[in-house]
Amino acid sequence: MSPLATLDGCAAELARPEAEAQRPVLRERGQREVFCGLTGIIWLHRKMQDAFFLVVGSRTCAHLLQSAAGVMIFAEPRFATAIMEERDLAGMVDAQDELDRVVTRLLERRPDIRTLFLVGSCPSEVIKLDLAKAAQRLGAVHMPRVRILNYSGSGIETTFTQGEDACLAALVPVMPALPADSAQELLIVGSLPDIVEDQFLRLFADMGIAKVGCLPARNARDLPSVGPNTRYLLAQPFLGETAMALEGRGAKRIEALFPFGVEGTSDWLRAAANAFGVDKALTEQVIAPGRERARIALSKLRPQLKGKRITFLPDSQLEVPLARYLQDELGMELVEVGTPYLHRAHLARELESFGPNVRLSEGQHVERQLDRVRADRPDITVCGLGLANPLEGEGLTTKWAIELVFSPIHGFDQAADLAELFARPLRRRDMLEI
Amino acid sequence: MQLAVWTYEGPPHVGAMRVATAMEKLHYVLHAPQGDTYADLLFTMIERRGKRPPVTYTTFEARDLGKDTAQIFQDAAREAVTRFNPQAIIVGASCTAELIQDDPAGLSEAMGLPCPVIPLELPSYQRKENWGASETFYQIVRQLADKSVVRAPREGRAARANILGPTALGFRHRDDLVEIRKILALLGVEVNLVAPLGATPQDITQIGQADFNIVLYPEIADEAARWLEKTFDQPAVRTIPIGVGATRSFIADVAELAGADPTPALGDTSSRMPWWSRSVDSTYLTSKRVFIFGDATHAVAAARIAREELGFEVCGLGCYAREFARDVRAEAARCGIEALITDDHLAVEDAITAAAPELVLGTQMERHIAKRLGIPCAVISAPVHVQDFPARHSPQMGFEGANVIFDTWVHPLVMGLEEHLLTMFREDFEFSDEAGASHHAAHSPRKAQVDSVSEAPVADIPAPVLTDEPGNLWTAEAERELKKIPFFVRGKARRNTENFAAAEGRRQIDLETLYDAKAHYAR
Repeated sequence: MSPLATLDGCAAELARPEAEAQRPVLRERGQREVFCGLTGIIWLHRKMQDAFFLVVGSRTCAHLLQSAAGVMIFAEPRFATAIMEERDLAGMVDAQDELDRVVTRLLERRPDIRTLFLVGSCPSEVIKLDLAKAAQRLGAVHMPRVRILNYSGSGIETTFTQGEDACLAALVPVMPALPADSAQELLIVGSLPDIVEDQFLRLFADMGIAKVGCLPARNARDLPSVGPNTRYLLAQPFLGETAMALEGRGAKRIEALFPFGVEGTSDWLRAAANAFGVDKALTEQVIAPGRERARIALSKLRPQLKGKRITFLPDSQLEVPLARYLQDELGMELVEVGTPYLHRAHLARELESFGPNVRLSEGQHVERQLDRVRADRPDITVCGLGLANPLEGEGLTTKWAIELVFSPIHGFDQAADLAELFARPLRRRDMLEI
Repeated sequence: MQLAVWTYEGPPHVGAMRVATAMEKLHYVLHAPQGDTYADLLFTMIERRGKRPPVTYTTFEARDLGKDTAQIFQDAAREAVTRFNPQAIIVGASCTAELIQDDPAGLSEAMGLPCPVIPLELPSYQRKENWGASETFYQIVRQLADKSVVRAPREGRAARANILGPTALGFRHRDDLVEIRKILALLGVEVNLVAPLGATPQDITQIGQADFNIVLYPEIADEAARWLEKTFDQPAVRTIPIGVGATRSFIADVAELAGADPTPALGDTSSRMPWWSRSVDSTYLTSKRVFIFGDATHAVAAARIAREELGFEVCGLGCYAREFARDVRAEAARCGIEALITDDHLAVEDAITAAAPELVLGTQMERHIAKRLGIPCAVISAPVHVQDFPARHSPQMGFEGANVIFDTWVHPLVMGLEEHLLTMFREDFEFSDEAGASHHAAHSPRKAQVDSVSEAPVADIPAPVLTDEPGNLWTAEAERELKKIPFFVRGKARRNTENFAAAEGRRQIDLETLYDAKAHYAR
C-alpha cells in the first residue's frame, strides 16, 4: 500500500495537477457494497489454465467464491479454500505446517498444476500468516514442477478487480529478463478473453509489430519477457501495482485511452503503433476495417442510448473509461461516475473528456450514494447484484456491473456488444407490459 | 485447515442475516471488512428479494486496523439506527472482525442507543450457517420476549400457536407456511406469531401469549422453542409435516395440544399423492434405489416418504450438519443402512458412486454430482440455487407438499410406460440406450460416467476403480449382453456381477456368470 493511502486526511490536501484541481472528486468512506479481490480468481483461473489458486481464509471466503462462481465451481475448478479452523488460530497447530500439509496433498492429487498461487484473505492477513514465506518454502520443495507464488486478495486491501492487479504484480518478478540489447517489444497487460486477445494480436501483427507478449499469459509458466526495452500497454484500468512492478523492471508505459469503443480502441492501437514507429498510413489501413464495422454496429444502438442519463456505482475501476465511451460515442449523459479507486495518471486522458457537470466520486458510503441515485433518478444505474434488484424494486432501471468484467467488451468487434449491455435493460423496461 | 471447494453451509453470520432479513423493523450491524457484502446477493438474487437485506457492514480497511475500528463500528451503528429507525438491532462480528477483538456488545452498550441492542456471539471458526441462524433467533426471542405477557386461560377462546422457524433463504419456507396456516385454520387454531419470517421485534415481545409452539424447522427454531418451553411452559409440536403420513401425525399432534377435532383437517381431500402412488403406472417405482442427502430435517422426512409412501429402497442417507446427526442415524438404522454424516461433498460423491442409486435426492451439490454420474436427481434441501425459489406455489409440507414431492421426485425418473417401451424395443434405434428419456437431461448419453471417475478429486479419497475395459474380466460376449441391459440399471448390473464373480472366485465373467449373478441378486 502506498504511504499516501495511510494518510488520507492529508493526501486530499496535497497539491494536484491543474486539470484536476478544476475537477472536484467526491471522496467518501462508509459502507462499501463491493466484492473483495478474491473474486478475481473466478476469471483469472480460466485465463491461466495451468494455475491453481488456493485461498487461505475462512468459511466466508469459500462461501464467497462459490457464490460468485455459480455453476463453474463444479466443472473442474482450479481454485479452493484452505479453511482456517479454531485450532489454526488457537496455536494448537502450526499454521505453516498445516499449510504445508494441505499444499502437499493438493499437489499430489492434482499433478497438472504448474503454478500455485497462495492467496491471502482478510483472516490470514489479520493474523499475519506469512504466505510469502510459505510460498518460498514450498516453492523450494516443489520446484521445478510447480512454481508457488503469493498475493493478497483480501477485502481489507483490495476491491474486486484489484485482485487481478495483485496477482499480476506477483508474476512480474518471475518474468524472464529481456536483454538490454534486444529490440523493443510490446506487452499487453491485463487479462482479456482469448477471442479479444487474438483480435489484438492479429492487428499488431498486421502492423508489423513482431513480438507481442500478454500478461497474464494463457500458460502461467510461459510468461513473456520484460526489460528496459519493453513498452507496455494497459488493457485494463485497474493495474496500478502491476504497472509499478513493470516500471521497476525497466518497462515503460504507452499512454493511451483504454480500448473501449471505436475511439478508445483506435487510440490504444495507434499509441502502440506510434511507439513502435509503424508507418501512419499502415496503421490507419490496419485499423480501418474494424473501425468501420464498429461504427456501423454502434450507429444502430446510438438512438437507443442517446440522451439517456447514467450513474455508475463503484465496482471495478472500469467505470471511468466506460463512462467516457458511453458519453463520447453513444451520446449518453453522465450523472455520477463512482469508482472504488481512481488512478489519476492512468486515467488522466479519459477524465479530460468528461463534461464539467459530471459528478466524479471515489470510495463509497453506500447509503448516501443511494440517496443521490434516488434524487437523480438516472435512466440507468450500473451497480452490483446486491443493489440491482432492490433498485429495480424502487422503479429504477439497472445494469449489473459484474457482467462487464466477465463479458468480452474490449476492441472494435465488441464495441456494439458493450453498448448492447446497456441498451438491453432499457429496451426490456419499455417492452414489459406487466 | 480444511481443504474445500464447496461448502454446504456459509459462515454463522450468514445465518444471522437470514434471521434479520426474514424479520421486519430489525437491523443488523455487522462488523466486517469490505467484501462481506457479497452475502447480500444471496438474498437479492437467489431469493430474488426486491429489498436490500437490513444489514449495515462497518467495512473496515487494512489502514484502520489497530487504530479506529471500534470507532468505525460505533459510527456505523449510530448511523444505521438513525437512518433505519429499527425497533431493535442485532450486533456482531464476521470472521475477520472476530480476530481483531473489538467487542460489538460492549461498544454498542456504551452508546446508549434508543432501541434494544441484541449482541451475538457467533464463533466463525467453529460453527456454521444454521447454527448462526438458530443462535440469533434464540437470542432475539430470549432478549425480547416479555415475560409478563403470558397466555390467558383457555375457556371460551380458540387455541393459539406460534409458528417458529421460517427464515429468509429457507428452502420453500414461504409456501410451507401457507400450508401450515391452512391446516391450523381447519383445526380452528389461531396463529399468535410467525417468526422469524415477517415478525417485528414488537411481535416477538408477545410470544408468550400462545398456548404452544410449532417447530417447523428444528435447525433454526429448536433452541428457541426449548427456552420457551422452560420460560412460558409452552409445549412444542416437533413433528415435521413433510409427507402424507407425517402430515397426518402433525395434524393429530396439533389437535391434541389445541384440544381440537382433527377430523376436518385429516379429511382434507386435496392430497392426491396416495392415489398417484397406488396407480399402476407407479408400480415400477417399487424398490427403486434412492440415495438421500441434505439437512437432517429434510433428509429424514424424505427417507420416510421414500420408504412408506413411494415404495423406494433407501440405499444411502446422510446429512451435512452434525448438530442433528442423531435423527439421521436413527432413520438410517430403520432403513438398514449406515448414515453418512459429512460436510465434504467429495465424500458424498464417493458414497453415491458406491451405492449406485437409481435416484438421488439432495441439495444443489447432489444435483451436480448426479448430473456428472448420469443419475436422475431431485432437490429436497438447502443449499439450493435460484430455480428452487420458484414463482409458483411449491411447498414441501402438508398435503399439497406431498403432491409437489410426488411430481418432483418422479419426473426425473423414466416413467413406467416409457421404461416398459425402452426395455421392449431396446434393439430399436429410436429406443436405444443413448436416446434416453425425452424429458430429462440426466438421461444424456452414458459417457459422462466414465469421464467423471477419471477426474482426480481434490480430497484424499481414492477414486473408485471401475474397469471399463472389457478385456481383463469380461468376455466380449458377456460385455455385449451387458450392453443390452437398459442403461439406467446397467451400472448396477455390472457392479453386482463383478461383486458376485469376486465372491465366487470366478476369474472371468461370461454369459453364465452374468445370469448366475442376475439370479443371485433377483429381487
